[in-house]
Amino acid sequence: MREIDVKQITDVVRRLCIEANQDLPADVQNAIRCCRACEDWEVAQNVLDKIIENFEIAKEEQVPICQDTGMACVFLEIGQDVHLTGGSLSEAVDEGVRRGYEEGYLRKSVVRDPVRRGNTGDNTPAMLYTELVPGEQIKITVGPKGFGSENMSAVRMLKPSAGLQGIRDFILETVEAAGPNPCPPIVVGVGIGGTFDKAALLAKKALMRPVDVPNPDPFYAELEKEMLEKINRLGIGPQGFGGRTTALGLNIETMPTHIAGMPCAVNISCHVTRHKTEVI
Amino acid sequence: MERHITLPLTVELARTLHCGDTVYLTGEVYTSRDAGHKRMCEALARGEQLPFDPENATIYYVGPSPAKPGQVIGSAGPTTSGRMDAYAPTMMSVGARGMIGKGARLPEVVDAMKKYDSVYFGAIGGAGALLAKCIKKCEMIAYEDLGAEALRKLYVEDFPTVVIIDCEGNDLYEKGRADYLASKKPI
Repeated sequence: MREIDVKQITDVVRRLCIEANQDLPADVQNAIRCCRACEDWEVAQNVLDKIIENFEIAKEEQVPICQDTGMACVFLEIGQDVHLTGGSLSEAVDEGVRRGYEEGYLRKSVVRDPVRRGNTGDNTPAMLYTELVPGEQIKITVGPKGFGSENMSAVRMLKPSAGLQGIRDFILETVEAAGPNPCPPIVVGVGIGGTFDKAALLAKKALMRPVDVPNPDPFYAELEKEMLEKINRLGIGPQGFGGRTTALGLNIETMPTHIAGMPCAVNISCHVTRHKTEVI
Repeated sequence: MERHITLPLTVELARTLHCGDTVYLTGEVYTSRDAGHKRMCEALARGEQLPFDPENATIYYVGPSPAKPGQVIGSAGPTTSGRMDAYAPTMMSVGARGMIGKGARLPEVVDAMKKYDSVYFGAIGGAGALLAKCIKKCEMIAYEDLGAEALRKLYVEDFPTVVIIDCEGNDLYEKGRADYLASKKPI
């Protein structure tokens, strides 16, 4: 049994909120630079150059890469031999978000009620996901998620008879419908299986995996590669102005599901796909 | 074609801009997004004046991040314009002629643009740190309680945009993609 004070979690969440918003992950940076090298359409090359210049300025000057500094999605993998002390875990996470968004000059983009609106003023609450795992450590991942791309995401309850082709069609249909809106080049997170809600969570988790790390199952790794190529033949291009580079990466996460179903979720993310992880 | 223009956006100037043109804007623009547009359109419905003179005005769909000490404004890239589609024709009807944002517009917005000689400029979505460098002044003018969504007057210099939809209704999202795909077809 290891005791961890939740104040430690507050501090890590605070720091990761700021770092994630100022420093684009290396995998996304590399993907953008690789796509720029392969892009042969002039308008697209110019947009990608600006995008690279932008994330370089953000890191250098320690300012947000994008003004939509997102809802703070926080994933905690908590070792089951950890005993949390010092107060409420969810309050500690929210306090980390509150401090991070204030100290980092990040935009407060959360409303307290979905219909009646009203900004909470501190970007809380976090979208918190906890998972119990073996061990006595806590793995903390913060992924600020912008809504230009979130709004273009979709879940569909496919019939098992739709098979692999049904999944391919749904992914392409969702990317096509998103068009220029989610700030392409995009990153596509796909969740297949589980229940209605689990599929969506898998898709979000897929966005937390670096784009240069394929699914460990060769069947899905192949599908990731195939779908990324298909998306990059659509011609939408950076910002939707036309070109090869519509997506930087596509990650698939799966889990078992019911005999009657094949839920599939497509979570779209922009070229500012952010995630930072720390283990305590 | 590359153009450097000075705002306000008159009818005459708007008619010289074409879909696909790279246009660097200098002059005053007003920031507004979801909540600000809702308030402005409600004010107009009550017969009230807007907090600024909309004649030939350009509205930038943006909710900037807070300025750090020494900065004019925080990161300030465009938000998705489609959410303002419900309000844009009303804004054009009172004289607002330019819109800066990103993403597709509804046919009724394009119809209003043709009717009122308006131009839809695209700025690079997600390039907020870069675009903020072209913003030289920022003044709060109304709805301060809305935070990032408050109405601000900005002075921009050589602010980089591309004409996405011109006042004849030509759309770069359709044209750019079609041109690219046509270039990939075997001859």
